Amino acid sequence: MGTGKGRVHTMSDPPAVEISHLAHHYGEHQAIRELSFSVNPGEIFTLLGPNGSGKTTLFRVLSTLIPIQHGTASILGHDLRSEPQAVRRQLGVVFQAPSVDKKLTAVENLIHFGRLYGLAGRELKSRADEMLARLGLTDRKSELVEKLSGGLRRRVELAKGMLHRPRLLLLDEPSTGLDPAARSDLWQYFNQVRQENGVTVVLTTHLLEEAERADRIAVMHRGELVALDTPAALRAAVGGDAITIRADDPGSLAAMIADRFQLKPKVVEGLLRLELPAGHEWIPRLIEAFPDHIESITLGKPTLEDVFIHVTGHRFWNEEQMDNEPSSRHARIKAKTRRQGDKETRR
Amino acid sequence: MSQTVSSIPITVPAWPVVGTLAQRELVRFFRQRTRVFGALGQPIIFWLLFGAGLQSARVGSGDKLDFAHFFPGTLVMILLFTAIFATISIIEDRREGFLQGVLVAPVPRWAMMLGKVLGGAAIAMLQGLVFLFLGWLTGAVDWYPVLSTTPLAVVASLVLMLVISIALTALGFLIAWRMDSTQGFHAIMIVFLLPMWLLSGAFFPMDVGGWLGAIVRINPLTYGVAGLRHYLQNGGNEIAGLPSVSVCWLVSLTFAAAMLIAAWLIAGTRSTADLQ
Repeated sequence: MGTGKGRVHTMSDPPAVEISHLAHHYGEHQAIRELSFSVNPGEIFTLLGPNGSGKTTLFRVLSTLIPIQHGTASILGHDLRSEPQAVRRQLGVVFQAPSVDKKLTAVENLIHFGRLYGLAGRELKSRADEMLARLGLTDRKSELVEKLSGGLRRRVELAKGMLHRPRLLLLDEPSTGLDPAARSDLWQYFNQVRQENGVTVVLTTHLLEEAERADRIAVMHRGELVALDTPAALRAAVGGDAITIRADDPGSLAAMIADRFQLKPKVVEGLLRLELPAGHEWIPRLIEAFPDHIESITLGKPTLEDVFIHVTGHRFWNEEQMDNEPSSRHARIKAKTRRQGDKETRR
Repeated sequence: MSQTVSSIPITVPAWPVVGTLAQRELVRFFRQRTRVFGALGQPIIFWLLFGAGLQSARVGSGDKLDFAHFFPGTLVMILLFTAIFATISIIEDRREGFLQGVLVAPVPRWAMMLGKVLGGAAIAMLQGLVFLFLGWLTGAVDWYPVLSTTPLAVVASLVLMLVISIALTALGFLIAWRMDSTQGFHAIMIVFLLPMWLLSGAFFPMDVGGWLGAIVRINPLTYGVAGLRHYLQNGGNEIAGLPSVSVCWLVSLTFAAAMLIAAWLIAGTRSTADLQ
């Protein structure tokens, strides 16, 4: 491994994450299937998908919490199967459920976790103080974590994740339970550690608007990778603008539009969708052609939801409701934030 | 800034890990006042009630059954309850997420297990010591001749207490590792751990016959209780009718070693509770 390597990433660096033909099942349930992709060093990379899409399973495999069943995966050039300790050494993991000890203070948590990563003595103490200062926790560091608010706890979690200066920060739904301001701080922090420390950031999210802040997005659907690109390129793939039409009988209207304009409208959950360039020119033409059939018509620049519909044929949130995972604590948290996220993406 | 990765060795020194996890157990214990109170109060009450109640009932034929007689058994009960309750916390650790953080750290599993076990054993020892001190105090005021020991026997009894504590905490770890709820643990407590204590010679005399006697004889805790009896009731001189001192040591050490190995092996397995 490159000794004395600077913080600038070069072509010779191994990929931050490389996954090949990865598959995982829980009993009969196939959680991820034949997944292959790689994450570049220094990238902020988002795994986007509804609950049950397999992104949390992927997170668990990458965090070394569960073993690989099929396929291969490596992190920073170290194989997950044969060198898990080397991987763990360079990995900062932030779980969705807090992993800090509530009965300890913020600084005690960092000291204990630092020792788990081989840090000790004065260096550990100064690093803990540095991390607490960086996350604005200095004046709260001697309080028990159970007395801190959810946002502050998440910051302790982040401080813990970065204490041993990992080269890859892996986060599962990091913005769960955070208000918009705290969420914005979080992304500022990601950009900061990427710029100053050359850290690669990989996170999972089910919030479309959050995914859009990443360099690249991997869209997951039912355990498979359905799209992987920059947010802009993903939107461009939708093909210009997205027109949504509400109609009494979307099926026959779709047939009529297809017949008259040689377009290919889709019916997605009772709404008629058209993806085409220069959408604004089509609005008056459609209304003039079928004045009695159209209840309402909207024009939008494609969002990630449009991308999701484009690649899967399903609406994002409905997909989530179809999910029948057992109602664990996490699922409830997700359900709560989903409503929150739903509002925000609907703008 | 020293940002180079190569400056950090890949293998983490294991003993600081053991130490830090054990220290955490102690800190958590003392921050939960009800745990301190409950773990100490209950055995004292049991001791007083059993001692007083059974003395008046005169269960054994002419045997001297008094506070001193029940002292070693009650001491083992304190060790059992405290050790077991200390390791139940592994279930909480898992549910609250702390354990996940440990599992993805570059820490050998045996170090994680040993930190947890030694932390629990240290709590059990602390309580055992408080109870021992209480025994001395009541003996000193000549309320009852609770203890009559030589200094060497005191040291030996403390080491034996530590061995028993480690064996029981490791047993607790073994049971708790695969569990996803503390309710399940309470069931084990009632059907397995409490009978294990009752049939350790702490409560019934060693010489009960039949299947009950057989269980008493194969119960490894019997030898811990008998060992402590030799030291605490008779200054390290062997009491007739009990297993010899060397047999008590041999069985207790084997018990502790076996439990530690079993706990180490199970710590390498994954629990489905991680996936909730």
